[in-house]
Amino acid sequence: MNTALLESLRDKLAGDGREASVAHGLVAVELAANAVLPTATRLKTEHAFDLLLDVTAVDWPQREPRFDVVWHFYSTRDFVRIRLKTRVPAADPVVDTLISLYGSAHFMERECHDMYGIRFRGNADLRPILLYEGFEGHPLRKDYPKRREQPLVSYRK
Amino acid sequence: MSTELPNPIRPAFTVPTDDGHVIVNIGPSHPATHGTIQIVAELDGERVVRTDVHCGYLHRGFEKECESHTWHNLIPYVDRLNYCSALINNFAYCDTVETLMGIEITPRCRYLRTLLAEYSRLADHLTCIAASLMELGAMTAFLYLVTIRDYIYEHLADVTGARVTYSYGRIGGLANDLPPGWLERLGQILEQYEDFAGRVHGLMDRNRIFIDRMRDVGVLTPADAVNWGYTGPILRSTGVPRDLRKDTPYLAYAELDFEVPVGIKGDNYDRYFVRMREMDESVHMIHQLMEMLPDGPVTVDDRRCVLPEKQLVYTEIESLINHFKLIIDGPQVPAGECYVAHESANGELGFYIVSDGTGTPWKLHCRAPSFVHMCGVHRMLDGYQLADIVPTFGSINMIGGECDR
Repeated sequence: MNTALLESLRDKLAGDGREASVAHGLVAVELAANAVLPTATRLKTEHAFDLLLDVTAVDWPQREPRFDVVWHFYSTRDFVRIRLKTRVPAADPVVDTLISLYGSAHFMERECHDMYGIRFRGNADLRPILLYEGFEGHPLRKDYPKRREQPLVSYRK
Repeated sequence: MSTELPNPIRPAFTVPTDDGHVIVNIGPSHPATHGTIQIVAELDGERVVRTDVHCGYLHRGFEKECESHTWHNLIPYVDRLNYCSALINNFAYCDTVETLMGIEITPRCRYLRTLLAEYSRLADHLTCIAASLMELGAMTAFLYLVTIRDYIYEHLADVTGARVTYSYGRIGGLANDLPPGWLERLGQILEQYEDFAGRVHGLMDRNRIFIDRMRDVGVLTPADAVNWGYTGPILRSTGVPRDLRKDTPYLAYAELDFEVPVGIKGDNYDRYFVRMREMDESVHMIHQLMEMLPDGPVTVDDRRCVLPEKQLVYTEIESLINHFKLIIDGPQVPAGECYVAHESANGELGFYIVSDGTGTPWKLHCRAPSFVHMCGVHRMLDGYQLADIVPTFGSINMIGGECDR
């Protein structure tokens, strides 16, 4: 694990409303929702974070803004990881899409939209991917009951 | 009763771009799509013009289910992600929780996990290559490879008690140590592997029919592979030597001597060959690990996560309470979040966990290589023949369990 590199990345990324820290082997950055796309662009062009690993969200129903949206990136040049995290409110859970930077964002954003209802501004293709057309609600939200069933074809009596 | 069944998917396109083109639907009820992937393809004669790939038919709410079980109880669920190499899932998950708890596993556990992870990788690659060769009609090669895989399954059953879904990892260690004589049998199986792998090389590598079907088909460039999030053997087949075992060594990989095989063209043939070479490297690593394996306990002595010995549970009250609390409340993982990734047989397998300080995860997300790989499949299918979809799809080694979760 390259601690010196992680710390220099942390120092470069901190500031401008971004909070950066090194935790459990990666740089964790918390930032405002409108800063995600410019920061991701900077990560890709200046710091060689060329692999988008993961897009997901975390639901905190008691908190406002309610959702964390989380991205993980990897640099195939420096072998380090970085996490971007932003908060979005339940009333308007929107962040910018990263499909202009990473092809792999297509499916991951669709999954995140499926599961949490996070909308990605600029991604026109947010069709259901793990769920099916017409599925109601977002199952990974804490207020979605685990036992709720929505069979597409009704069960045999 | 209505005969009209609702369509679970909405295709990206329904109108061909040319009057002479036709749109066909392939799968999900097709053995070559593993019964889970649906490909809507526009064809110009036999040539694929564009494709729209759908997954999710096996979605079973893995992440939702994890949020209502203790950290320990969901180990059997992670088995069922990539069921061809369940041990790697076990160890990656346990490593993630251990990282958040600040636990350092015992030396014997570290080497044993490395050994078993490589053994699982061997089984996974054998399955992938065997299945994709069989889809091309190479029945003999299939049987050779699956014979070895079955030896491995039986052999892993001796240590874990199950053939496929092992649930053998534990937070802080392993379920049990190796049974007597296990390493001797391991040596025999690896010898037999050399024999059978040699025969498969002889049957396939310079086989004209095989080369015609595989060379220059499903080509992926290095830049494309990185852009579409490919990791593991598919990324390496394009010539990018990225391997987490080498780049950010975990477990005991830093102490092992091994190479990272890469391809030259990123086509189906390279994906076959990279996997064949990786199996040789895994065998090489297992031989080293058999020599290095130290004595000692396989689980840490940490009462926060490891069950006390049964004898003590029945004889002293502290151990009884400890056992009870670990079973009912689960291991108390400190509040926080962490992402840990292992190099699974398919690529980067990452677990992102968020804990609120209790015995059940607040959130658990699995970064499954197969799901990410499905996103860029159209880059390997578009422009080739309809019949190439089967070998190309086979060479990706999509595992429905981890793709759809």
